[in-house]
Amino acid sequence: MSADLDRPAERPAGTEILSGTGAVARAVRDAGVDVVSAYPITPQTEIVESIAEYVETGELDASFSRVESEHSALSAVMGAAQAGSRTFTATASQGLLYMSEMVWWTAGARLPVVMAIANRALGPPWNIWGSHTDALSQRDAGWSQVFAASVQEAYDLTLAAYRIAENEDVMLPAMVNLDGFTLAHTMQPLELVSETAAHEYLGEISIPHELDVENPRGYGAMTGGEDFWRFRRRMMDAMAAVPDATRGALDDLADVTGREYDLVYTYRTDDADVVIVGLGTMAREAEVAADLLREEDGVDAGVVRPILYTPFPEDEFAAAVGDATPVVLDRSTSFGRGGILTRDVVMALDRPVASVIAGIGGQSVDYEDMARIVRQAEPGETAWFGGEIQ
Amino acid sequence: MSWTGEDTGQQINDGHPACSGCGMILGVRHLLEEAGEDSTLVIPASCASVVQGVYPYTAFDVPVVNTAFAASASTASGLRQAYEQQDEDTNVIVVAGDGGSTDIGLASLSGALDRDDDILYVLYDNEAYSNTGFQKSGRTPGGAQTTTTPTGRIGRQKDIDEIVSAHDPAYMATASPGFVPGLRRKAEKGLAADGISFLHLHAPCPPGWRIDTDETVEVARTAVSSALWVLFERERGGEYTLNNPSVSAFRNPDPVAEYVEGQGRFDTATDADVEALEEQAAQNIEYFGQFTDREVSPR
Repeated sequence: MSADLDRPAERPAGTEILSGTGAVARAVRDAGVDVVSAYPITPQTEIVESIAEYVETGELDASFSRVESEHSALSAVMGAAQAGSRTFTATASQGLLYMSEMVWWTAGARLPVVMAIANRALGPPWNIWGSHTDALSQRDAGWSQVFAASVQEAYDLTLAAYRIAENEDVMLPAMVNLDGFTLAHTMQPLELVSETAAHEYLGEISIPHELDVENPRGYGAMTGGEDFWRFRRRMMDAMAAVPDATRGALDDLADVTGREYDLVYTYRTDDADVVIVGLGTMAREAEVAADLLREEDGVDAGVVRPILYTPFPEDEFAAAVGDATPVVLDRSTSFGRGGILTRDVVMALDRPVASVIAGIGGQSVDYEDMARIVRQAEPGETAWFGGEIQ
Repeated sequence: MSWTGEDTGQQINDGHPACSGCGMILGVRHLLEEAGEDSTLVIPASCASVVQGVYPYTAFDVPVVNTAFAASASTASGLRQAYEQQDEDTNVIVVAGDGGSTDIGLASLSGALDRDDDILYVLYDNEAYSNTGFQKSGRTPGGAQTTTTPTGRIGRQKDIDEIVSAHDPAYMATASPGFVPGLRRKAEKGLAADGISFLHLHAPCPPGWRIDTDETVEVARTAVSSALWVLFERERGGEYTLNNPSVSAFRNPDPVAEYVEGQGRFDTATDADVEALEEQAAQNIEYFGQFTDREVSPR
């Protein structure tokens, strides 16, 4: 890093046009993350390319390690977090599966790592396009997960993810999901938080079990059956604290930005008879479908979109859906069980829902398609867009 | 610093659960005395992860980060990154077995070597997966019985030193619990090196090798005297330097049979297996002999 490339003392707030990947990278820069390690994979790559540039030009005073695999990327940031640093990595698809062992290890080690996932299908067959199966396959590993639906949300939720993960009642890693290409590579206006405001929002990282050579302890050592469950029980309690931590993180961010988020985002649900349920950008597109259904079909349609996915905010979700009939657009598959999101929805509502597997592997589903899906979907049934529903 | 029984500030407490006569714990004890208390250990799945003790106890007087089997070098890299960002000078030391280093963890070791992260990577080599009951690893010698090679391993040991050497680390060395002063000197050099260093520690394993618990040091010395274990070191960009115990051994090598006959794991070794090990020792003498000015004996 050359001296003439010293970063400015203050980066002010402002508006820029950025992609979803650019927004995540900018949030990592503005958060002042200490240690980044990553391995490239489409469609995540632009995130870490941007961060590498910030580090090399001195815009971000961080250590960036170019590792030889995703498994090493997550183990490196895990080691750095264990030493007390604020960390970041990003991946997608096969890369996430390759690091899955460390996904579990990081959570079990109770380290507040933040990782962005540019959601993408799993092979075979090879497919680089959007699907949620990568992140949802890790649902039970002990990470909180949020899903962004715009460039602005990708930025805001990345900042909030640090607050969620580092919350003293949580101390669990966090995933920020953004749809591959659809959001990752789409340019939209982005309102930035000033560097000072971002730093004040996040505060100093404090990990209670940070390594200390003055007080040596072993972390992750062998445990027997009399102790292991206690660690898992504490993780369960920590995960139960995530909704409150997320609400607090989003409320405090709203004080800085004026942008308010709830755990579950709703669109025209007050008088809705039918609600389209989805994660990320599909549920944004569904807002147009709801308008169309209201105008052309006289159907009172709305949209319910969980921003926090893990743990699933069941109460907020059930309240948002109310008595409306849900049509779940699922960009994931649980073979033998239908869509993964659908199972969470059924658990929260305890009644049959219409489930449609739509938009996996980059399958195009526009708002007119969604309106057709709503017209044809049957509660209690799982249908495929392109199959039972044309 | 002394290692002869005075208060050395050793970093392994009494009562640790290592097997009697464990070559690894003997070597690691000396290593940690050199490293001192301002050190952090990274330990993957291995005997070392058991030897540290069962929660809530720990045998080490330094912090230990346990990590997944394949992840020790990369976890250590992340620790080093964090310490550099924090301006901390703490030693970051990996203690990993031959399975975790030469097999499942080879990619992350190669990555750390490639990045030249400032860590000391200690591979303790008991030549099998001893932690899980002595199955074949890439480092199991030809002819040796393991629970997955019940009639003896076919083939020969993976040459991890040449693999590491090809990465040109800041410092690399082999060491033996049979030659402790050299082991300590190399640990000190590895800790002081500017960049990544690699210490390959021979670690006789009494239960797996089926030797008596008081034979560890003797068997380790026989490995050197028969030229099957070669003591050398190498600094970045340089050639191997052959160390004195091996210079002496190369002048007048002991028969490989002496090493083999002392160990139960070679009970099913055939004459051809022993000849293959003799050939390996002869190749060691021929290859490493060129890195000393002193005369060595052809076999």
